[in-house]
Amino acid sequence: MTLGHALQSMIARNRIKIRNINRRYAHPRIALTPTVRWALVALRFYLLFLVALLGYKFFTMLA
Amino acid sequence: MRALFPQDEEGIMNWITKLYYRARRAWKAISIYLMIAGPGLVVMVADNDAGGITTYAATGAKYGYNLIWFLVLLGPIAYFVQEMTMRLGVVTKRGHAEAIFDGFGSFWGWFSLLDLILVDWLTLITEFIGMTAALRIFGVPGWVTVAGVCSLMGFMVINGRYWTWEKVSLIFCALNLIYIPAAFIVHPSVSDVLSEGMIPNFGKGFDSDMFFFLMANIGTTIAPWMLFFQQSSVVDKGVKEKDMFFGRLDTFIGSIATIVIAVFIVIVTGTVLPGMEIDDAAQAAKILMKTHRHAGELLAIGLFNAGLLGAICISLASSWAFGEVFGWAHSLNNKIKEAPWFYLNYFITLISAGAVVLIPGAPLVLITLFVQVVAVTLLPASLVFLLILLNDKETMGEYANTKLQNIVTGTIVVFIIVLATLYAVNTMFPSLFG
Repeated sequence: MTLGHALQSMIARNRIKIRNINRRYAHPRIALTPTVRWALVALRFYLLFLVALLGYKFFTMLA
Repeated sequence: MRALFPQDEEGIMNWITKLYYRARRAWKAISIYLMIAGPGLVVMVADNDAGGITTYAATGAKYGYNLIWFLVLLGPIAYFVQEMTMRLGVVTKRGHAEAIFDGFGSFWGWFSLLDLILVDWLTLITEFIGMTAALRIFGVPGWVTVAGVCSLMGFMVINGRYWTWEKVSLIFCALNLIYIPAAFIVHPSVSDVLSEGMIPNFGKGFDSDMFFFLMANIGTTIAPWMLFFQQSSVVDKGVKEKDMFFGRLDTFIGSIATIVIAVFIVIVTGTVLPGMEIDDAAQAAKILMKTHRHAGELLAIGLFNAGLLGAICISLASSWAFGEVFGWAHSLNNKIKEAPWFYLNYFITLISAGAVVLIPGAPLVLITLFVQVVAVTLLPASLVFLLILLNDKETMGEYANTKLQNIVTGTIVVFIIVLATLYAVNTMFPSLFG
């Protein structure tokens, strides 16, 4: 088996593995109470804010 | 007044018997502690990694002893956060990455895992920067340091025993106490340390520079890899619910050790380099060597050791997390052929990070700054997940957070998130805070 074939089969195996992981953890086990839901939404906004800041910094560095 | 020692023969025999049983009980407790001790102590001392040592050295050089009281306050913060990860690991028997996947689904799981891998890899590069800079003081070329560290870390894991890895790590933890003799060499004034350092004050006043230093010190107290590392570590060690007390004690002693080390670094640079602006701990060691040769050498050795300890923990945190999620064998008790992916991940992370430092002209300063910003994208999420998981009564049962624990840890989490965010913003836009 060539190195190319070995890599191909490894990627294919891991793709299946990732799909299985996504399937296994498709639904959060934690009960989504209003507090938990609020915390997760706040986290998403917080991360969007940070990514926007990082993007802004990156473009001002390039300019 | 009752006599301290019994006067008659029977009384003396009873007294000796009681003393013997008390000593035996104490020795048994110490033996159990020594068996359980490890994850908490290692993670806390490793928290004083190369970046941490630089922060403390720069804090002491710029503000003398004035911020020692602030470092002391960071001890309980580190304890409360790490105690939660220990508790979660002991009860669920799964690492933090797996717990996030299971609790919050694959979106947050992948986000945490991939962010952790990136943050760990960047942090590992900063550890190599610290280690190579420290040994360059003694004339050791960078490539020798990188090759030596990779070999040593390889040797620590390949014999396939968690116990060996942990005991070697504990030796490196003990070596971190090197800053204590270094402080005695420079003869600090104990009365000045107590009067200036232990009473809350801001020296010559609170300004934007001081704000930056306070944020930097908080930033080094809790790093994302610490949460993942300690939880996976207690799982790999097999700590059980009945050992919870000793797990807490281990974390508590670790939190004291980390603060003691930080305080002694501040005392060293605060005594010899007061009012000086330094960029890194290696620079402080070099300046120190001009007036106090041995203290400077100890600072350099300490910096190397801190980087090594950080590297030991960080590379494992990534490998454990990957192993947990992908279902690979991921224990240090496995031999290489039993857990090939786990060890492959470990060595790839380690060697690639070391190689970056050896690339001529690599943007190492930019990486050092970038790591602080990327860490802040992961830390708030990990802390919030930790709090939510600790409130999941279905899983945690009697070990779930109490109302008081939620108030204390919730306040700490908000405090860390706000200050770490301000620190990251300040790193990106230094002119923003004046």
